[in-house]
Amino acid sequence: MNRWIAFWNILLKDMRTYYMKPPNISWGLLFPLAWTGMFFIRSGSGLESVPAVLPGVVAVSILFGTTSMLAVTVTFEKKNRSFERLLLAPMPFELLMLAKTSGAILFGTANAFVPVIMAAFLMDLSAVNWLVFVPAVVLIAVASAFLGLFIAVAVSEVFEAQTFSNFFRFPMIFLCGLFFPISGLPVFLKPLAYALPLTYGADALHGAVHGGHMLPYIVDLLVLGAFCAVLFMLSLRNIRRRWIA
Amino acid sequence: MTVTAGAASATGAALADGTLGNGLVLGGGAAVEVRGLAKRFGEVQAVRQVDFSVTSGELFGFLGPNGAGKTTTINMLTGLARPDAGSIVIDGIDCVRHPRAAQHLIGVVPDESNLYPEMTGYDNLCFCAALYGMRKAERCERARELLDVFGLAKAADRKFAGYSKGMKRKLTIAAGMIHRPRILFLDEPTTGIDVASARQLRQLIADLHAGGTTVFLTTHYIEEAERLCDRIAFIVAGRIVRVDTVAELVQPVMDKHVVRIACDNGMACGLGDGQGDEEGGIGTRLVAAFPHLRFTLPAGGGIRVEGDGPVRVGPLVRFLEDQGVEVAEARRIRPSLEDVFVTITGIEADAMHGDREKTGGPR
Repeated sequence: MNRWIAFWNILLKDMRTYYMKPPNISWGLLFPLAWTGMFFIRSGSGLESVPAVLPGVVAVSILFGTTSMLAVTVTFEKKNRSFERLLLAPMPFELLMLAKTSGAILFGTANAFVPVIMAAFLMDLSAVNWLVFVPAVVLIAVASAFLGLFIAVAVSEVFEAQTFSNFFRFPMIFLCGLFFPISGLPVFLKPLAYALPLTYGADALHGAVHGGHMLPYIVDLLVLGAFCAVLFMLSLRNIRRRWIA
Repeated sequence: MTVTAGAASATGAALADGTLGNGLVLGGGAAVEVRGLAKRFGEVQAVRQVDFSVTSGELFGFLGPNGAGKTTTINMLTGLARPDAGSIVIDGIDCVRHPRAAQHLIGVVPDESNLYPEMTGYDNLCFCAALYGMRKAERCERARELLDVFGLAKAADRKFAGYSKGMKRKLTIAAGMIHRPRILFLDEPTTGIDVASARQLRQLIADLHAGGTTVFLTTHYIEEAERLCDRIAFIVAGRIVRVDTVAELVQPVMDKHVVRIACDNGMACGLGDGQGDEEGGIGTRLVAAFPHLRFTLPAGGGIRVEGDGPVRVGPLVRFLEDQGVEVAEARRIRPSLEDVFVTITGIEADAMHGDREKTGGPR
């Protein structure tokens, strides 16, 4: 019970201190809006293109809302040594890091529903398979948050966290089938696409929104879950090796 | 107050009757027991074969110059660094095998104030209390209580980022003791703060100790350690060179008679820059005139005179004035831990606290 008091308060502190600040909320609203507008205009077609664009916008909103936020906040706390306070807390290390990432996961999940709400005014969402859509959104948020944690451990300066985040994020936008189908990628890039977690999340989202997906849902969600586990374990191992050395 | 047998063996100072000569008895319960602790960072051996134990309820000083290995040792004791070798037992818990198992027992005040700058003083304390699983009502009450104790009640709702250095230090100490730890690790708590705040903090540490908390204090202020600590360990270049009670440490120098002479034109006479002991210099002339006394010319200026019996100041002053030195003050000095430190380590005490004039070093 006591460790859950710590868990809840770490989550609450991060939400209040970082994620619920006005600049982040406005970023969470404006960013999906800008992406939706950009791809809507680029498609050159009418409202019928919204279902094809929506999964990509949802995935990008999560990715950008989560990865760099977590990487920056953890790097900031490591730099001013307040992260040591958490490392001294009498709670299991795994639970501590889950608490630290859960704020970003919630923020990313909330970001995902901004374009969905906007799309509700433009298209009929009754055909969306929410039983696939929601787990896919949550797993993309978890994977993105753990990617942010992995980045945070690898860098020492806040600006490095931003730069290193983009190193992962921008290739993902173009390689993971968010806006351009993987089948259209050059042969030598296809293996890379399947090595990225967002490919499986985007596939599940596409399937849930308009039915066009490559892999069975269960495979998409299981592979995404496996990416989450591997990224989390790698991050924990790196924190133990680098920060408790 | 008791001291463990382990501690006595580390000092080699235990008397045959099992006491340390000042009423301290061997065999008490160890709050912290460290054996053969070692840590290397690349080419640098930061800590080597460190042994000591801290008795429950003791205020234990860990004294050494900057870079001696104090913070590395404290990081290993508190689970923020992994030792390369050795054992750490805190309240019976093997902290090398289970580094997080003793964290509910300890409070840590790092050498830098590391609370959350964007949160208020009150919120910081409440958050730290929550990390130890304290319930809301309890942590609110405890936070208010500590804000009162540390004189920060009026600043409770101000952001930590806006606090002065002294206030930050006080709040960081309050955060370290929010969960009423049995053992409190204080890493240079008075470094970098003004004199009044440092004095207040030392009183708070003394009160904590009087209340039964075991305190592990690292400092590079010798007088601070002498004033506060039951026992002191000297660490130099990562190695413990001596562990003993303050009384035992000071005993060998208590028979010394020391006079410090301050000169107005000391630099002009070559006294303040270490040149006075050259051939024909004032140091050489003093030794020739007073062969029963020992003279040293500290880097900070002036002359330090030591004798095995009382030092007669009059002839000394007259001699110096005849040599053209303007004597501003001649003062007898009580031998202190500083003398012990210099004797044992060979390190000039001034090197330990070069920034004392600007900060909270003891007065």
